[in-house]
Amino acid sequence: MCLGIPGKIVEIQGSDTALVNVSGIKRAVNITCVNTSNNIHDLLDKWVLVHVGFAMSVIDDEEAAKTLALIENLGEMEENLAEFSGAQN
Amino acid sequence: MQYVDEFRDPKMAENLTQSIKSLADKIAKTRDKPLQIMEFCGGHTHTIFKFGIEQLLPDSIELVHGPGCPVCVLPRGRVDDCIKLASNPKVIMTTFGDAMRVPGAEQSLIDAKASGADIRMVYSPMDALSLAKQNPDREIIFFALGFETTMPSTALTVLMAEAQGVDNFSLFCNHITTVPTIKAILDAPDMQIDAYIAPGHVSMVVGEEPFQFVSNRYQRPLVITGFEPIDIMQSLYMLLQQLDQGEAKVENQYKRVVGKEGNLPGLQAMAKIYELRDFFEWRGLGSIENSGVQIKAEYAKYDAEQKFNIGRAHVADPSACQCGEVIKGAIKPWQCKLFGSQCNPSNPMGALMVSSEGACAAYYSYGDIDQLIALRNVNEVA
Repeated sequence: MCLGIPGKIVEIQGSDTALVNVSGIKRAVNITCVNTSNNIHDLLDKWVLVHVGFAMSVIDDEEAAKTLALIENLGEMEENLAEFSGAQN
Repeated sequence: MQYVDEFRDPKMAENLTQSIKSLADKIAKTRDKPLQIMEFCGGHTHTIFKFGIEQLLPDSIELVHGPGCPVCVLPRGRVDDCIKLASNPKVIMTTFGDAMRVPGAEQSLIDAKASGADIRMVYSPMDALSLAKQNPDREIIFFALGFETTMPSTALTVLMAEAQGVDNFSLFCNHITTVPTIKAILDAPDMQIDAYIAPGHVSMVVGEEPFQFVSNRYQRPLVITGFEPIDIMQSLYMLLQQLDQGEAKVENQYKRVVGKEGNLPGLQAMAKIYELRDFFEWRGLGSIENSGVQIKAEYAKYDAEQKFNIGRAHVADPSACQCGEVIKGAIKPWQCKLFGSQCNPSNPMGALMVSSEGACAAYYSYGDIDQLIALRNVNEVA
């Protein structure tokens, strides 16, 4: 019920509507909730989270990369620790 | 798919599993019972079962599956009211697909449809509005369900109806609120949850601030979390770090989607259309203060409850249901007497068996049913 799906804005169709491509399927989506800048065309090519026909959030690519990097580092740290404890034995 | 595949990466999951295990082992040495961590949202429950996350966790972590499935917690009386509305020949009732099977006292929407009521599944409330424009001589009601995630979409659709002068469109409003419900759970005397995985998409609308009370007033760690398996595992690790350090903060794991302030246009639309109800009834949990919203008097003409003078029926839950205890983590779904036999996904008795996001339905779909029932029977004998 509360889930959303990421899609890319491929065409601005009006003041509150854009065409969004979700996995190859294009659908008109309401963009009122993400249209916060002065220039609506800034939204073109942006990835948004779509929920029941409404784009609810512009996905922040930098934050997505940061989240993934954090986990990568965690993996490296575990590996280092494992090596370290292995070296002790 | 971008922003999905990378958050399902098996290598990352493995790294996280290791990190979670080491930290959980360390914390376990300081405690005599497992940590209980609750995911409030049914979307998280679904991911946890679909990807087998519980099987990856050490025994020192127990996940408690919360009540955050709006379809599941809809009480029977509201389903009955919806069917009453749909049975009016003037009405076309529109709804999300997952509400179709929710049992009322006697019927579900799918039964009512089979008996001739005009009930149609739609993807978006805007589809219901289009239907209203195409059928000016009928009344189109949208069965509005969901937490704050879904409220902007229905509020904006009402504002569109107003702007476009569409008068034959209304909502049967059953939206519920997250924060009062988490409060009620925290205040329950037998509740022992140590930390919370908070709903990412509710937070996308309301922001981080509304959850601060969990750390300020109840001193519990809470992490706002995305819906992919890597999101949930990272969030578990963040909660363990807080517990290990003796901290209780609100953190945001899902920053790619959730901004600190939430979604301003969405919140503005909600504030225009909705106001808190004094009480709203939940299947399995009873009546909770301020846990639902209703349409403001200024927008009464878009409110099916006011238009058709309906919405006061109270019907008690089936008496043998133990959904409330499951939600509070007191028992596991398969320990309920009805689980699997009288209550199953094709014939749900209780709230949590209704949708794939409910804890019982998830156990039923992804667990070994015969083994679970056998285990329950053994425990009962013991």
